Amino acid sequence: MTMTKRSLLAASAMAALACIAGAAHAQDALKIGLIGTYSGPYADYGRQFDAGVALYLKEHGGKIAGRAVEVIKKDTGGANPDASKRIAQELIVRDKVQILTGLDFSPNAYAVGAVATQAKVPVVVMNASSSGITTSSPYVARLSFTVQQVSDPMARWMLRNGTKEAYVVVADYAPGTDSLTAFKKAFEQGGGKVVGELKTPMSNPDFSAYVQRIKDAKPQSVFFFFPSGVMPPAFLKVWKERGMDEAGIKLYATGEATDDSYLDATGDVALGLVTSHHYSYGHPSAKNQKFVKDFEAQFGTTMRPSYFAVTAYDAMAAIDLALKKTGGDASGDKVMEALKGLQFESPRGPIEIDAATRDIVQTVYIRKTEKVGGKLVNVEFDKFDRVKDPAKEAK
Amino acid sequence: MKPITLTPGQLRAAEVLFWLALASTFFLAPDHRTLLSQIFIFGLFAVALDMALGYAGILTVGHAAFFGAGAYTAGLLAKHGWGEPFSGLLAALVVAGALGYALSYLIVRGADLTRLMITIGVCVLLYELANRLSAITGGSDGLQGMNVSPVFGVFEFDLFGKTAFCYAFGVVLAMFLLVRLILRSPFGLALRGIHDNRKRMLAIGSPVEARLRMAYGFSAAVAGVAGALLAQTTQFVGIESIGFNRSAEILIILVLGGTGRLYGGLVGAIVYMLVHDWFADLNPEYWMFWLGIFLIAAVMLGRGGIMGALSRRIRTKEHAR
Amino acid sequence: MGIVLFDGVAYGMLLFLMAVGLSITMGLMNFVNLAHGSFAVVGGYTAAVLMNQAGLGYAAALAAAFVAAALLGAVLEFVFYRRLYRAHPLDQVLLSIGVVFVSIAALTYFFGPTMLAFHLPPALQGQFLLAGLEFSRYRLFLIVCGVVVLAVLMLAMGRTRYGAMVRAAVDNQRVAGGTGIHVQRLFFLTFSLGCGLAGLGGALSLGMLGLEPSFPLKYMVYFLIVVCVGGAGTITGPFIAALLVGIVDVAGKYYLPEAGAFLIYVFMIAMLLLRPNGIVPKKGIA
Repeated sequence: MTMTKRSLLAASAMAALACIAGAAHAQDALKIGLIGTYSGPYADYGRQFDAGVALYLKEHGGKIAGRAVEVIKKDTGGANPDASKRIAQELIVRDKVQILTGLDFSPNAYAVGAVATQAKVPVVVMNASSSGITTSSPYVARLSFTVQQVSDPMARWMLRNGTKEAYVVVADYAPGTDSLTAFKKAFEQGGGKVVGELKTPMSNPDFSAYVQRIKDAKPQSVFFFFPSGVMPPAFLKVWKERGMDEAGIKLYATGEATDDSYLDATGDVALGLVTSHHYSYGHPSAKNQKFVKDFEAQFGTTMRPSYFAVTAYDAMAAIDLALKKTGGDASGDKVMEALKGLQFESPRGPIEIDAATRDIVQTVYIRKTEKVGGKLVNVEFDKFDRVKDPAKEAK
Repeated sequence: MKPITLTPGQLRAAEVLFWLALASTFFLAPDHRTLLSQIFIFGLFAVALDMALGYAGILTVGHAAFFGAGAYTAGLLAKHGWGEPFSGLLAALVVAGALGYALSYLIVRGADLTRLMITIGVCVLLYELANRLSAITGGSDGLQGMNVSPVFGVFEFDLFGKTAFCYAFGVVLAMFLLVRLILRSPFGLALRGIHDNRKRMLAIGSPVEARLRMAYGFSAAVAGVAGALLAQTTQFVGIESIGFNRSAEILIILVLGGTGRLYGGLVGAIVYMLVHDWFADLNPEYWMFWLGIFLIAAVMLGRGGIMGALSRRIRTKEHAR
Repeated sequence: MGIVLFDGVAYGMLLFLMAVGLSITMGLMNFVNLAHGSFAVVGGYTAAVLMNQAGLGYAAALAAAFVAAALLGAVLEFVFYRRLYRAHPLDQVLLSIGVVFVSIAALTYFFGPTMLAFHLPPALQGQFLLAGLEFSRYRLFLIVCGVVVLAVLMLAMGRTRYGAMVRAAVDNQRVAGGTGIHVQRLFFLTFSLGCGLAGLGGALSLGMLGLEPSFPLKYMVYFLIVVCVGGAGTITGPFIAALLVGIVDVAGKYYLPEAGAFLIYVFMIAMLLLRPNGIVPKKGIA
């Protein structure tokens, strides 16, 4: 009797200890390094990242895969690969983060990718859109999009819609060139003709020369790509002022032109613009409606969730699901394996992390900017399902 | 407060102490090694700028052109098979120096303001060129695929920044001593003379323009080495290295430290980057506000930057700099 | 071709409107004020906020922008700038950069980092027909404003006592002080005027440029180009320089789009090598 009682006591003691040990392990906070832009002209990006992350954590009681989460955010002040690399190194070595995320600018992502390979730390990219980022390191997975991924479908849709010729205008920097190449390839492959190309400098206060040039060339349609911010509204202002629509020239663009963060400020010049992108604030799914509602409840209505916030939200979701798959093990190789092939529903629609390329596979929508309830919204009316990055597909 | 007087011997001891203190941060601040190596590199860049700005009196906000030229030189070499670090530095020095000397013909004409705008113009043009030639330079995405060989064939560039620190420190110290040698030579004295009173120098027959061109060339060469260091220690060259913003930032650093004084660039880099990092950690969104206040305070409280303030407190027995 | 010229002139006028204040302050006080763009953007925000939220008319908003920027200039002159008139130009640079940083952070704090909406009054939207070509109404308005400001400044500097005092102080500050001109007060007024003009220019630019906190850093280079190429301290110099810059930029982008951003800087370097002291060298504000 005593033996059984003692062994029972011992057994329960052991069990209790094991529980405590297990709980202690589960209570080890998961440290995530968030590298974004919080200052300067692009400070909105960091703000949106924070909002997406905060929303996800709130929904899940501040836990990921049962562990408490500590997000350490660092500012790069824009495109600053030197600082990004240093910050990534410090986050890994000093703050001992297990996962790196954020990364709004492509040069920053490339620089951090190199650190990730050395340190074997997983990187979940929340925005950077250069195609080569996921190829540059085996420890990088991307949740956002690539420029080619949203430019190519626009070309196809335009062809489908009967547009035979296009004049292409892009900003003169790497993503602009990528967009031009992808659009041109898809458009010409489908039998269309690119009748003119323009690369405008990034610092370009006045678009009148370019728009006038297009007006004089009288193409059937124009496709443009500018980074989200002040360039698209400036271009659209001149476009409207010159009466280009009345001249019969159709205008198409990628969704950066009608970025939800800037759409209100852009104003009515964006009305009627047809764009292609992976997220619209007005996406009619139940998940998005809940997402927007929760977002507005927590952050008010002055800041609209843009694709930055949604991707941040999804990145946290991806990390959560991956860690659930690995059973809480946050080591680089295991997490990357778990991320591959991950499929789930995002506020933007269904998304998947391609097992082969670790890049995002998602629906690209064709939207039109309309006034809904007195506000400008990108209303989706067509789509391309399961679009993979065309630049990688071609290889 | 009565100024402290130091003998040249004491001054030299202070200098040695300074460098020893910097070296000791390797052990005292092991988590900040990467930040420290970047501080050294920007310190060298600021010292290079000082050669042109503080000593030769050429007002320029375009020095990132040479920094970037050096960075791309080392970067392209490392990308296309030649990864040996020291020869990369040498190549950067030669390329940047040649570029600087060639451009110096434009710089030595006209008034301060004209020179300022020309240097800005050249810097922006080079930036655009780097952007245009994106097939070679990687454009705005940056130059990747750099393969820098281990230093001396043994020390690899590691994650903890150990090799980067020692490499950067060693090179910066060596280049600093070289710059110091140049500035204390008769050439350097001629430069100071030109800065102080150009007409007089012309009157005594000093070839003013030739001296200014040489100074600008040297300054460009050292800036190029700094750029190459950054490229090699980060194994990446961003197009920002050659941009106007970097030129402006290094000017701020130098002015904060104090122009025309040998250690101005280094002190400026240490203070600016530490303060920037500290503010950015405290407040990622609004560090710029606090940094702006800091800069305004620095100017209102003392002229000539930090070194200027120091020089009012510390006198030397002989007039040796 | 006509349209391209018109557009170029309009763009130049905008640059002139924003940069003329800088020429005055740089020429008169020899103060390198890199924070000039901050005053422009304060004017822009004042106009935008008053029009959007208080429903103020365009003309009133422009006036308010002038006043707001001038007031801010007056305050900053009193507190900071006047202590640095005799300082090394680099110290002045450091101060003005500090002011820029603070202004950017402050504007971000109050208005957020993204763009602020602005809508031109309907009277200025769209185009009008002339000689078979369509011209933008807003750009015509810019040209008119530029010419008016030029005329007013020329009159003020050339025909008023104040103007005579300013010209005297530009020519030789010490002697001007010796004749009893209160130079400090003159600087104070002129600096405020220069900042007010910047604010007006900033408000006028809203129809073309986006309004965001980093405006001062983005466009500072253009102001400097106009002032240096034109000749700091003069009014006609920047006017001519701005016209040239505007035309070269727009015509260049129209006829040689591959040249892109190169053209304006090559032009600037060429002009500076040809006329190192500016198109209209400083002989006094004329």
